[in-house]
Amino acid sequence: MGTLSKAARSMLLAELVSGMSVTLKAFFKPKATINYPYEKGVLSPRFRGEHALRRYPNGEERCIACKLCEATCPAEAITIEAEPRDDGSRRTTRYDIDMTKCIYCGLCEEACPVDAIVEGPNYEFATETREELMYDKDKLLANGDRWESVLARRLELDAPYR
Amino acid sequence: MADFFFHTLLGQLVLIVLETLAVLVPLLLGVAYLTLAERKVMAAMQLRKGPNVNGPFGVLQAFADAIKMLTKETVIPSGANRMLFLFAPFLTFSLAMVAWAVIPTGNGLAIANINVGVLYLLAISSLGVYGILIAGWASNSKYAFLGGLRSAAQMVSYEVSIGLVIVSVLLAVGSLNLNDIVLAQRHVWFCLPMFPMFIVFFISALAETNRAPFDLPEGESELVAGFFVEYSALAFGLFFLGEYANMFLMSGMVSILFLGGWLPPLGIAPFTWIPGPLWLIAKILFCLFVFIWVRATFPRYRYDQLMRLGWKVFLPFSLAWMVLSAGFLMVTGLLPGGAG
Amino acid sequence: MMTQLVFYVFAAVLVLSATMVVCARNPVHSVLFLILAFFNAAGLFLIAGAEFLAMTLVIVYVGAVAVLFLFVVMMLDVNFTRMREGVQRYAPIGGVVGGVLLVELIMAFTHWRVASNIDQIGHIVPSSPARTNTAALGDVLYTHYIFLFQSCALVLLVAMIGAIVLTLRDRPTGRRQNIDRQHDRTAADSLEMLQVPLGVGVAAQGGFLRPHESYDVAAVPGTYGTQAWREREMEEETQTALVVITPATGTKGQDNA
Repeated sequence: MGTLSKAARSMLLAELVSGMSVTLKAFFKPKATINYPYEKGVLSPRFRGEHALRRYPNGEERCIACKLCEATCPAEAITIEAEPRDDGSRRTTRYDIDMTKCIYCGLCEEACPVDAIVEGPNYEFATETREELMYDKDKLLANGDRWESVLARRLELDAPYR
Repeated sequence: MADFFFHTLLGQLVLIVLETLAVLVPLLLGVAYLTLAERKVMAAMQLRKGPNVNGPFGVLQAFADAIKMLTKETVIPSGANRMLFLFAPFLTFSLAMVAWAVIPTGNGLAIANINVGVLYLLAISSLGVYGILIAGWASNSKYAFLGGLRSAAQMVSYEVSIGLVIVSVLLAVGSLNLNDIVLAQRHVWFCLPMFPMFIVFFISALAETNRAPFDLPEGESELVAGFFVEYSALAFGLFFLGEYANMFLMSGMVSILFLGGWLPPLGIAPFTWIPGPLWLIAKILFCLFVFIWVRATFPRYRYDQLMRLGWKVFLPFSLAWMVLSAGFLMVTGLLPGGAG
Repeated sequence: MMTQLVFYVFAAVLVLSATMVVCARNPVHSVLFLILAFFNAAGLFLIAGAEFLAMTLVIVYVGAVAVLFLFVVMMLDVNFTRMREGVQRYAPIGGVVGGVLLVELIMAFTHWRVASNIDQIGHIVPSSPARTNTAALGDVLYTHYIFLFQSCALVLLVAMIGAIVLTLRDRPTGRRQNIDRQHDRTAADSLEMLQVPLGVGVAAQGGFLRPHESYDVAAVPGTYGTQAWREREMEEETQTALVVITPATGTKGQDNA
């Protein structure tokens, strides 16, 4: 490019004009926004949302209190206490997740040998108080019952890649 | 009735108040909707939809924002200079309003059709610095202070090139009266023969109103929000309104100096049916659209680049143009006002 | 009647704010009162019918000069207690100087003689209602007193150049941006996009990016901005800035092109 044409381009603000034409074109393009509460984006089966504790089909809870999730949790958001139950099996007496600490990394889910703790597709669990975000075992199990069909399908879809 | 308005003191006062309201009410409504328009236009250029929940297409968003602003708490920092801290936003806001007194919306249709209208506008816009400087200083916060200093330096720098551009327009008009400036554009709008000056003026107007890409005084990344970090609620709202009213004012100045004010683009039938004030409003809206368009397009300048542009590019350029156009007018004998 | 009232209001505020400029404890307040004084002076000009002067006063003094004052005063960290330390000691001297000035002013004003040809001076520019005072001022300044006016401008220009010359330092260690050169550089000049196969690194081919010795040049003080350095830098940049190596042939991408 010759000096003359360079000077002409800079005097005519060629770059500014081309930049503004890009935004003007975008102005008339169809918009990418989705109407959120009424429309939602597609979620991957690997999406890591709210936690849930799953049960076996016979209603027995899966978690065997191995505490691998507690050990692996980088945010130390999980607290587990365990005791042998009357029938001799090892179960948790307490399974708390502090959702304000959780960073949704999914390591608990990966560590779990029995697919008990999972991160579900739910991301709409905002609360009005901080206390409501301290999930206990009942809450997590209730989540598992509520989302079980979706959770199972999710695991099934993702299984080939694990 | 006409007697009352023109011949009694009380009547004249009432008339002035009514005239002022006739300008300020549409202006404030316009400012309210400019905030919405900005969000909508920027959204569209970024492939988003913008506010669309309050009312159809989000038309009530402006009022929702206003109510939110009014119901918030006014926080005054403990180390602040209380009186000046509260004075600054009022100054900014009222300056943006009083400037409208001289803007003609039709032939002779201004609250005050004064002979030095252009100088009045320049004076008012040069006062705008104080609101910002005082706000920055009175907040007793380093971010606000730095923002205020930046803003003041920027506005003073760009006023120089604005002044020179205005001088070259005045050379072609021969009067400081805004009404005469518009009337001088009956045959051709000044944006055509003085296109480079038009561009320089527009860019300087961006810098003068602290708009992107020259919005360094409020550069979020380094100064949090610049000179109004410490402001909240109504005081913040006044700054906000003042800033947008200044955008209106600058668009008005661009329209009057370069786009023929209230004049239609061509003096023939379909154009002349539309009344003058509507033409002026249309031109102002177009300028505002470009303000927003520029904001959606360009990244923020670095401060030294901003100063370089103002002092090393615009100032010599507009000075040279002024001398050239004066020479041209002199040689062709087009210089108005009968020099000599 | 109305005009007189307005005059006295402006005049009173002007005198009061001028007093406050001297009396205010905070220097920033002083400057703000100074601005108020300017304003009222502009108001007085307006009443006198000198609208051009009024506006110019606001634009020049309030809009530019006072802003710079305010700038400086705000940046200063004034220690008030230390400033007031010597007041008692210096008060007599200050009083004497003030007194002398006052006496001199009184003497000057009591013996002020108006030039005998004052009537003719007023008629240099005939005033008529059709002429705006902008035009009248223009006539006086640019026609009758053009030489004096231009001399003033020259003095100001010299002062400005002097200020720049005295303060401008060319620091050889500073790095300056050459915007034109940056603009001239295009992607084609400095970058070559090549297809690199998967799993084959570029390190074996000698790596990529700038020549390694250029890293060392960077921080040696005193080397920047010298003529030799500039030449060397220009040379380097024309050679190559960024080359991506293609491992497929094992030679430098530049050679391929």
